[in-house]
Amino acid sequence: MDRVKTSALSGAEIVVRCLQEEAVEYVFGYPGGAVLFIYDELFKQDRVKHVLVRHEQGAVHAADGYSRSSKKVGVALVTSGPGVSNAVTGIATAYMDSIPLVVITGQVPTHAIGLDAFQECDTVGITRPIVKHNMLVKDVKDLASAMKKAFHIATTGRPGPVVVDIPKDVTAAVCEFHYPESISLRSYNPVRKGHAGQIKKAAQLLLEAERPMVYTGGGVVLANASELLRELVQSSGFPCTNTLMGLGAYPATDKQFLGMLGMHGTYEANMAMQHCDVLLAIGARFDDRVIGNPAHFAQNPRKIIHIDIDPSSISKRVKVDVPIVGNIPDVLEDLLKLLHGARPEIKAWWKQIEEWRAKDCLKYDRGSKIIKPQFVLEKLYEVTQGQAFVTSDVGQHQMWAAQFYKFDEPRRWINSGGLGTMGFGLPAAMGVQLANPGATVACVTGESSIQMCLQELSTCKQYRLPIKIINLNNKYMGMVRQWQQFFHGNRYSESYMDALPDFVKVTEGYGHRGMLVEKPADVEPALREAFGNKKELVFLDFITDQTENVYPMIPGGKGITEMILSEDL
Amino acid sequence: MRHIISILVENEAGALSRIAGLFSARGYNIESLTVAPTEDASMSRMTIVTSGSDDVVEQITKQLNKLIDVVKVVDLSEAEHIERELMLIKVRAGQKEREDMKRMAEIFRGRIIDVTDNTYTIELTGDGRKLDAFIQALDQGTIIETVRTGTSGIGRGNRILRV
Repeated sequence: MDRVKTSALSGAEIVVRCLQEEAVEYVFGYPGGAVLFIYDELFKQDRVKHVLVRHEQGAVHAADGYSRSSKKVGVALVTSGPGVSNAVTGIATAYMDSIPLVVITGQVPTHAIGLDAFQECDTVGITRPIVKHNMLVKDVKDLASAMKKAFHIATTGRPGPVVVDIPKDVTAAVCEFHYPESISLRSYNPVRKGHAGQIKKAAQLLLEAERPMVYTGGGVVLANASELLRELVQSSGFPCTNTLMGLGAYPATDKQFLGMLGMHGTYEANMAMQHCDVLLAIGARFDDRVIGNPAHFAQNPRKIIHIDIDPSSISKRVKVDVPIVGNIPDVLEDLLKLLHGARPEIKAWWKQIEEWRAKDCLKYDRGSKIIKPQFVLEKLYEVTQGQAFVTSDVGQHQMWAAQFYKFDEPRRWINSGGLGTMGFGLPAAMGVQLANPGATVACVTGESSIQMCLQELSTCKQYRLPIKIINLNNKYMGMVRQWQQFFHGNRYSESYMDALPDFVKVTEGYGHRGMLVEKPADVEPALREAFGNKKELVFLDFITDQTENVYPMIPGGKGITEMILSEDL
Repeated sequence: MRHIISILVENEAGALSRIAGLFSARGYNIESLTVAPTEDASMSRMTIVTSGSDDVVEQITKQLNKLIDVVKVVDLSEAEHIERELMLIKVRAGQKEREDMKRMAEIFRGRIIDVTDNTYTIELTGDGRKLDAFIQALDQGTIIETVRTGTSGIGRGNRILRV
């Protein structure tokens, strides 16, 4: 093993040196007793910059947004006990969406572990089911290799968060520092190349398909395989759909793109999924929000090819005919070679798809006197010329953003798809803005979600992050209200929020700009003014239609074609 | 269907809880679980008896393989294998039961490993069904205490699980 040799350092110095060796630019964190030595070492250097959040959940979301928008690993640093328990939501969010993070957590001194010490919690136990891996480092001699292992595991194979739990006495203890340049683990060797025979079978199926369909998810974005996906789809002439996590992998403005699929996907994408004869699934996992009821999905016969780096994603909910385990770019390169740019004759299939598309399933009342949330997102797309990084929280606004903002590039759409974490949007936007200084960053949110991490407005002020917050304010937890309308007899149990704050004043209180927008005619001018302001964070509070629903909608447990469509259709 | 899954795992703190936690989090059932270090002290070998459809067992092995500390996973019950379990059973053995009990232990090739005035402790190995059969064969009123290790298993002949 190659080693970089230097003299004896304290555990805290070793942590910081490891971050430097990994070329970590930002650490998002919050100090506390167990991590004081590490903070002391951060203070003494300036290569690794620290971003002080206002709550540990925000630290992990910010590291997560940083990673999603930059292809780099995100790093968070929190103290023991409540520092860790506050970070748990952030870690679980990253885990569900396979985001590479290294989360360093302080722990009480080794001699106090297990004695219910002040600010002690079993970090490894609490985080075990929501990490790719975690470890408690009990000896300073193991610290550098543990850090190397953490970065290696987080970023390779199917990525994910790794927690390194470091007791306070380990950060004070001293030892020689050797940072391994590489690490090999006998129990962990992610595959790269796909099985040649399987790829050949896949190519054969695709060439013979009459009604092919390409369905891709977050894996394509994570594997940086967008270019290869575009090549495959464009050379073959096949229709393509992306999951919520996969948006931007294929350009949304291209005519071969059928829109997002799933619970709030387009009519054409869902119909094509159900009626295709060969389905090529890439880096997607057939989850419940995507294909609805698997038994209904299986009613139509089709051959399924599934490419994924994680064998456990294959044949989990849906039986697959041609499983291909491998790194997506490697597999796609091999597949493209076998396809030779062939373009099967599928005119009849496209004719059918165009009929579905003609239904215009995202239609809404453009003449409304009240601001329609969809209208705000269409204008947001226009004003930012489709070039913004868009983060979102969770709920109706998230679905409308996914439907109406046409992402042509990967890593521009940053949302909590798997865990569905309200409160994700603002702290994630901080990470995005730091990773992409000078870029336009919009956080699409709602009045309920934004209040879950509102304190981070203070962090935005400290680091002068000119994020634009698009608050779709309908005074309801909109998605909860929509389900209550559809499935619970219009009984709006606890989904209405009384006593909302004056968001303009709140924002101004944090030292930012706030704007209240109440009329459709004011939407575009307000957006232009806000996005013209490159210096300040602007909070745009749009008062929107309280009764608007997200359409189409597949009710929970129903089949992918059993969509509820808008009354306007 | 019943499956016997053998796992080689890094001998790290918390490895057992990762595996047990995986089973409970994903709703897989554990009929028995045994674990001890191997001849290579850096590794432990675990035998888990579980049951489920083929799809579920396929997911179990895939999910186990995903754990970083897990070195190798094999479904022993896919092919020829041997399984054994050890039971210690303490039975009432006063004057009138003593001879019968000794004969019964011999029939099942058990060994009496502890004797007092009124008890025997019998050691018995075999597959689970044999141990069950022994318990069934006894007068239930004579059983004082039982302890079983759970199943350990190994592949026959050239079927080998090692690094």
